[in-house]
Amino acid sequence: MSSPAYHAPETIEQAVALLAGDTGARPLAGGTDIIVQMRSGRSAPSAIVDLKRIAGIGGVRPLPGGGFAIGATMPCTSLKDDAALAAAWPGVVEAANLIGSVQVRNRATLAGNLCNASPAADSVPALVAAGATCLVAGPHGERVVPVADIPAGPGRTSLAPGEFVVEIRLPPQAGADAYLRATPRTEMDIAVVGVGASLALNADGICTAARIAVGAVAPTVLLVGDAGAALVGTRLDAAALERMADAVRAACRPIDDKRGTAEYRTAMAGVLAGRVVKIALERAGSKA
Amino acid sequence: MNAPAEKKLFRLVGTRPIRPDGIEKVTGKAIYGPDFVAPNMLQGAILRSPHPHARIRGIDTSKAEVLPGVKAIVTGADFPELDSAMVAGGEAPANIKYMARKCMATDKVVFDGHPVAAVAATSATIAEAAIQLIEVDYEVLPHVIDIEDALRPDAPILHDDLFTQGLPELPTTPSNAAMRVEVRRGDAARALSEAAAVFSGRFTLRPVHQGYIEPHACVASWHADGQAQIWCSTQGHFTVRALTAGILGMEIADIRVVPLEIGGGFGGKTTVYLEPVAVLLSRKAGRPVRLAMKRDDVFRATGPAPGAVIDIRLGAGADGTISGAEVEFKYTGGGFPGAHEVYAGLHCTMSYYNVPDAHIVGWNVLSNIPTVHAYRAPGAPQVNFAVESAMDELARRLGIDPIDIRLRNIARPGDTGGMGMPHGAIGYAETLEAAKAHPHYSAPLGPNQARGVACGSWGNYGGPSTAAVSVAEDGSILVTEGNPDIGGSRASMAIMAAETLGIAYEKVRVVVADTSSIGYSMGTGGSRTTFATGKAVIQAAEAVIAILRERAAKQWNVAAGEVQWGGGEAVHGDRRLSLGQIAAASGTTGGPISAQAAIDPHDYLPGFGVHICDTEVDRETGQVSIVRYTALQDVGRAIHADYVEGQIQGGAVQGIGWALNEAYVYNQAGLLDNPGFLDYRMPVASDMPMIDAVMIEVPNPAHPYGVKGVGETPIVPPLAAVANAVSGAIGIRMCDLPITPDRVYGLLLAAE
Amino acid sequence: MSKLLVSTSVNGDPQQFLCDPDTTLLDALREEMGLTGSKEGCGSGDCGACTVMLDGRMVCSCLVLAPEVEGRQVTTIEGVAEGSRLHPIQRKFLEHGALQCGFCTPGFIVAAKALLDRNPDPSESEVRYWLAGNLCRCTGYDKIVRAVLDAAAELRQDRRAVA
Repeated sequence: MSSPAYHAPETIEQAVALLAGDTGARPLAGGTDIIVQMRSGRSAPSAIVDLKRIAGIGGVRPLPGGGFAIGATMPCTSLKDDAALAAAWPGVVEAANLIGSVQVRNRATLAGNLCNASPAADSVPALVAAGATCLVAGPHGERVVPVADIPAGPGRTSLAPGEFVVEIRLPPQAGADAYLRATPRTEMDIAVVGVGASLALNADGICTAARIAVGAVAPTVLLVGDAGAALVGTRLDAAALERMADAVRAACRPIDDKRGTAEYRTAMAGVLAGRVVKIALERAGSKA
Repeated sequence: MNAPAEKKLFRLVGTRPIRPDGIEKVTGKAIYGPDFVAPNMLQGAILRSPHPHARIRGIDTSKAEVLPGVKAIVTGADFPELDSAMVAGGEAPANIKYMARKCMATDKVVFDGHPVAAVAATSATIAEAAIQLIEVDYEVLPHVIDIEDALRPDAPILHDDLFTQGLPELPTTPSNAAMRVEVRRGDAARALSEAAAVFSGRFTLRPVHQGYIEPHACVASWHADGQAQIWCSTQGHFTVRALTAGILGMEIADIRVVPLEIGGGFGGKTTVYLEPVAVLLSRKAGRPVRLAMKRDDVFRATGPAPGAVIDIRLGAGADGTISGAEVEFKYTGGGFPGAHEVYAGLHCTMSYYNVPDAHIVGWNVLSNIPTVHAYRAPGAPQVNFAVESAMDELARRLGIDPIDIRLRNIARPGDTGGMGMPHGAIGYAETLEAAKAHPHYSAPLGPNQARGVACGSWGNYGGPSTAAVSVAEDGSILVTEGNPDIGGSRASMAIMAAETLGIAYEKVRVVVADTSSIGYSMGTGGSRTTFATGKAVIQAAEAVIAILRERAAKQWNVAAGEVQWGGGEAVHGDRRLSLGQIAAASGTTGGPISAQAAIDPHDYLPGFGVHICDTEVDRETGQVSIVRYTALQDVGRAIHADYVEGQIQGGAVQGIGWALNEAYVYNQAGLLDNPGFLDYRMPVASDMPMIDAVMIEVPNPAHPYGVKGVGETPIVPPLAAVANAVSGAIGIRMCDLPITPDRVYGLLLAAE
Repeated sequence: MSKLLVSTSVNGDPQQFLCDPDTTLLDALREEMGLTGSKEGCGSGDCGACTVMLDGRMVCSCLVLAPEVEGRQVTTIEGVAEGSRLHPIQRKFLEHGALQCGFCTPGFIVAAKALLDRNPDPSESEVRYWLAGNLCRCTGYDKIVRAVLDAAAELRQDRRAVA
């Protein structure tokens, strides 16, 4: 029956101190996962540390040398309003804007989607494909970690006690990205499979770099190195795409659950990978 | 939309005025079930079983009792012992013993979420904490969920004292098969053996939920003299009164039920879950008590519609004339016997076709899910899915247009139809002809698109209704009725009263009265309200007109028989007295002017719909999208056209959801795995196209304005309309619902 | 744990209320302030019946903790009409019969207003996707979508008349 404490720190240091001082404390950004978990009894934090009063972590900041830093409390819908970000990383922005509904996305954040550590999180495959990192603050100072290293398993992260994600950093865009997911409904749904792709092409249309990441087919999002490798050095012809899809399917190790069978998830990972690479290619081509 | 020429017959019937309760509902003022507050009210909470099947060895409430703020605790032991007895209420009589056990378990829990105890406390937080302190000693028993599993000889038996009803001899061993029903006409086996084409198939459906957005909620207040008051959202407050009185052994007149606004029901709010428990808590605590469900309670513990396994053999001659049908359907019954869906399934099987030789068998099969409950045309959509899929196959095999084969077999006025009962003024053929002529039916299709057609019918109902019409001192009109307004019925009642009286729609106000303020009215269900309660309103209005004519005659000093009523006025020669003038003089002509009608009409007529559905299938992912949808329906006559179209559109979309994505999913442990709106996937706005609702008006001669009832029919055709379209698109018969992407993908893969 | 005192603005009026730290904004509105126009259909952000505006953005009030609204602006369905004058969206819902039971209606109206405030000329598809977070089980959405499109057209006309 005991209610958690509620704190609204105004600096990163205060937030770290509150989180480090109480192992049962949980950070609150958009709240669209944790409030549901608290209500259903799946989570019973001893304290809520609301990050939204911390100055400077609610927006997008261009990084020196290109790239973007997206603050931990910036809602997903606001990503669309940043024209430079949306032009550079449309896949990331679209992925973040498939989560839940408009109401949910007006609260939900990239950092929250990442740290909730759901294997089916929509934005995470797009961030991993993009090669995003995050700035983590904690009792021992700050560190920069690849986004892919944050989820440790369903509902678990690699963050140490007292640590939280301050911002997510996207590198300079060298090509284009895209994200697609499979869901039975058009909106308000959880990905049965989600695939993010990020590509770079040279002036001759040869793929020089490719990262393919797949969600909801393993305990954490998979970065499928073989899939990217199958594309590099090609013109993304049908044969290369088929080798890429084969590599994606080979990497999948999903479970059967109420949202889809393992067989279906693996098959869809291949189908969506082919489609998402085509979208990224089209985007990269139109930029070249 | 068709607009028959005879529409001009009426001034108001068929128009679209603003509903009288509209402003309250668009401004947030309307008070629904969870909104009501009584002074000094306690908050209740219910402890629910975490097991699908278990014996209760004991319940220890001692820790909860001493928690500060806890004012009352109720378990099954607090309910009176009841014998099996049928009590009138809902859409059909209910066995009061099973009703009580559904509200609160006694010796056994039979589904995940079955209530075992309830607490009332000074706050919701304390009540929630208290139920966690109640210790229940369960002996967990093996469980069974699916129909076929429940019928196995070694299946766990839910009730040791339950023997299958409807067999030639009462069996001596208990069974999960609660009931078998049968209709046999002619010689179906011989007819099928002689048919030019026979389709045989097995169709399956999962249980689905009504999905109303408002969770169940009530407040009950018991008084020391044995009277009680209940405020709740329900489709039938007289049903709540009867069932609560029956379960608790109270006098019916000692319970007053006040209907609050209702946030959707679709049949699911024609019973009680919370009310008797809240009354008992209030009796113990001596204060009003609120009980409200959360969304997962609604899914886990209120009646879904039955899942089904249906075997069908349907035969036709080379010209498409149906010669014989054999249908055996098994419906899930849930935890307790008493579900009526099998009767409706029996009556709805091919009711609108002429089938000379038929053998139809239905079963109600219990298993460890909540007792199934009425959902819009209860029992009809499941079996109709099988019938209309089989018709589609016969049409394909015989090379006949899908509408033509239906026209060849459709019942026309005077025909006896599938159930052997003569049909009255039905518009089945007119509706099919209109579907064939609709531009949708001949519109070109894109790649991977296909078109499906299906019919469906619902018998509709009449039944007991009371209504009163009173003339206010200035001539404005008050209609008092006993049917909760679930979708605009106040507007329909106002239209019918104003039409009858010959006055403006805005001059009539409509009140849904509590059980102590108007005579008995059966609940809002069975597509009966506009028909039966509408008839009561019209009759009361006509009785008021008779009084008004007498009063005018008195004023004019002429015989009442010489006074006519027209245009809202009494007329005698060139003399006129308006309703207002007569009302103003009523103090000197005989006093208040008011009349009541208490009726029980049974001259209702069935509804019939034809739906046309275009789907597009993504062959790589199995994803199905609905690209165009048209629903045509014989509505008798529309009273308020918007709300008739709305029923057709809403029912169609519920049916589309049933076809594509909705299903109860139980895990291996027998627990409901999708008790929320995220994973119980009802259609969202972006899933749907516009739904073109076409009203075909073949009036019911037994109703002054031709009403037939429209609410339930539109959920019957969509299951097969969607399945027929998908089957056409991929060339594989869709026999199992829901048609989820992974299912379609799997079938395509297997076919390769 | 003692209660928190929260000072906020609701429908333009200053409001103070006491709550537990884990009380949702929806419960605070309904139980503490008597604003029962926002409905709870699910309590998990999946139905939109509790939609309110928080600092100009529509959110599910069941997914907001009450202490979070300290110093912020909340607008509920009770604040959509100007006094007794209905907002055009409310009027169009009535004119189109875009409600049956009416339980989801407040959430739809708040959400539709949020859409038209930022996009005066949405396509049918934009309306459908914007409203995908609001479940309606009665209408099949047809008349709701028409009401919103018609309200948008009327509001555009009003703006032109003013300009």
